[in-house]
Amino acid sequence: MTGSASSIIGMTPALSITGLRFAYPDGREALRGVDLSVAPGERVALLGPNGAGKTTLVLHLNGILHGGGGRVEISGMPVAPGDRAAITEIRRRVGVVFQDPDDQLFMPSVAEDVAFGPANLGVRGAELTARVDEALAAVGMTGHRDQVPHHLSFGQRRRVAVATVLAMRPEILVLDEPSSNLDPASRRELAEIIESLPVTVLMVTHDLPYALELCPRSVILDAGRIVADGGTQALLADRELMAEHRLELPFGFDPAMRRG
Amino acid sequence: MSLHLDRESPIHRLSPEVKIVAMLLFTVLVVSTPRTAFAAFGGYLLLLAVVAVIARVPAGWLAKRATIELPFVVLAVALPFAGRGERVDWLGFSLSVDGLHGAWNIFAKGTLGVLASLLLAATTTMRDLILGLDRLRCPVVFTQIMTFMLRYIDVLADDARRMRIARLSRAYDPRFLWQAKAFAVGVGSLFLRSYERGERVYLAMLSRGYTGRLPAVSDSRAPAREWALSATLPVATAAILAVVLARGM
Ligand SMILES: Nc1ncnc2c1ncn2[C@@H]1O[C@H](COP(=O)(O)OP(=O)(O)OP(=O)(O)O)[C@@H](O)[C@H]1O
Ligand SMILES: [Mg+2]
Repeated sequence: MTGSASSIIGMTPALSITGLRFAYPDGREALRGVDLSVAPGERVALLGPNGAGKTTLVLHLNGILHGGGGRVEISGMPVAPGDRAAITEIRRRVGVVFQDPDDQLFMPSVAEDVAFGPANLGVRGAELTARVDEALAAVGMTGHRDQVPHHLSFGQRRRVAVATVLAMRPEILVLDEPSSNLDPASRRELAEIIESLPVTVLMVTHDLPYALELCPRSVILDAGRIVADGGTQALLADRELMAEHRLELPFGFDPAMRRG
Repeated sequence: MSLHLDRESPIHRLSPEVKIVAMLLFTVLVVSTPRTAFAAFGGYLLLLAVVAVIARVPAGWLAKRATIELPFVVLAVALPFAGRGERVDWLGFSLSVDGLHGAWNIFAKGTLGVLASLLLAATTTMRDLILGLDRLRCPVVFTQIMTFMLRYIDVLADDARRMRIARLSRAYDPRFLWQAKAFAVGVGSLFLRSYERGERVYLAMLSRGYTGRLPAVSDSRAPAREWALSATLPVATAAILAVVLARGM
């Protein structure tokens, strides 16, 4: 189950992970040698059971977690947590949308929250306003710019969380379970937003139909290792592989029925 | 009990940094006033009353929150009994003059200081306070600690509300004392949950390039007019002090 668009010759991968290992301070080994390469513009789903290490892996992509060994590169630039200027550049390139939007939104108004990231990057004045407007428009939340984030519905907060990251104009968008807790319409609208963005996407999800809809390629992470990497449809159709890694399709869902 | 009072007033509209500086200068002047300049303390209180009226902060609101000063009041009451030196007799109690003055000193200055801080808090949101400190080039450690506090307060309140609802929906009735255990356990897990939540919020902030300084989004400095306006408080305070001292107290 190997082979992917990332092996296109002569192209620096948008994301390249080699031999990544990580253990939490309590000794729990969350990543045990992860290798992954994602080509620019690719959309990849990161699948795996609870506790597989998906969120841990995501936190390595922008240098929040580090120090366990291995290497992460974003468009050829190594994620080096010691180097302040470099890490700021990495965090500009990699936009992470966290699983729970409440973790991400903390400013007193939607607009200020969206402005937080680009302002940290030194963007000011008219340019900052333009970025905020653009990001809010991309997620269809322009009308809510002066509202308090806590007062929005869950789906709206998820969208604002995406906007906070879009405002930083990332090259790679990393989403941790973007469709969880969304109603079907919000789920579809978010898919449309993600699909319309001209960026590389790594999407952690338990929502397998969502993975199939949005990501031509999937990787399965289990017990801190990549155990499968290939076309999403082929992976989902492999019953043995799926069962082995506690992945279950929703009742009545047939991956072969969807687009290939 | 929130410390911010969301009102529309000229004081609310002032930039945070000018209010912080005015409050600090006021406090410094109050603290450096000789404790026997009784008239001066009356004048200071009057000044604060004027500020409170302009800011539309009710006296009751201030009084309720000023109770944080209670330990100092207790200390002030204890001092006259404990002090040494010359003593006066009052209703059969032997009181130390030094102690009396000391008590007055703590009580008067403490009250004025607390009232001034409360007025600042009432008219300035927490985030603006941090922004103000940041603009005044306050060391990052302080603003950072305050940013964290700001975050945890919201997180705590929110989690407490959710956990209360969860308890109530499982037919928890806190009227019975023996069920208070659920509350105690709740406080413990609330702390843990808030801590973990706080951690995640912090990670999300780091992911968006946070380096310890809140970005000053509107890079607007406070206009001179605001500085001049807020200077009224410390200038008036200094004037009162000068007059009282010149009159030989
Ligand atoms: N802060 C932490 N301290 C110690 N162990 C942790 C910590 N965070 C996660 N772990 C452990 O690391 C492993 C991987 O966790 P991680 O959160 O990356 O899983 P995940 O794949 O994102 O799971 P889920 O699908 O439930 O979100 C788990 O065994 C988890 O218990
Ligand atoms: Mg996770």
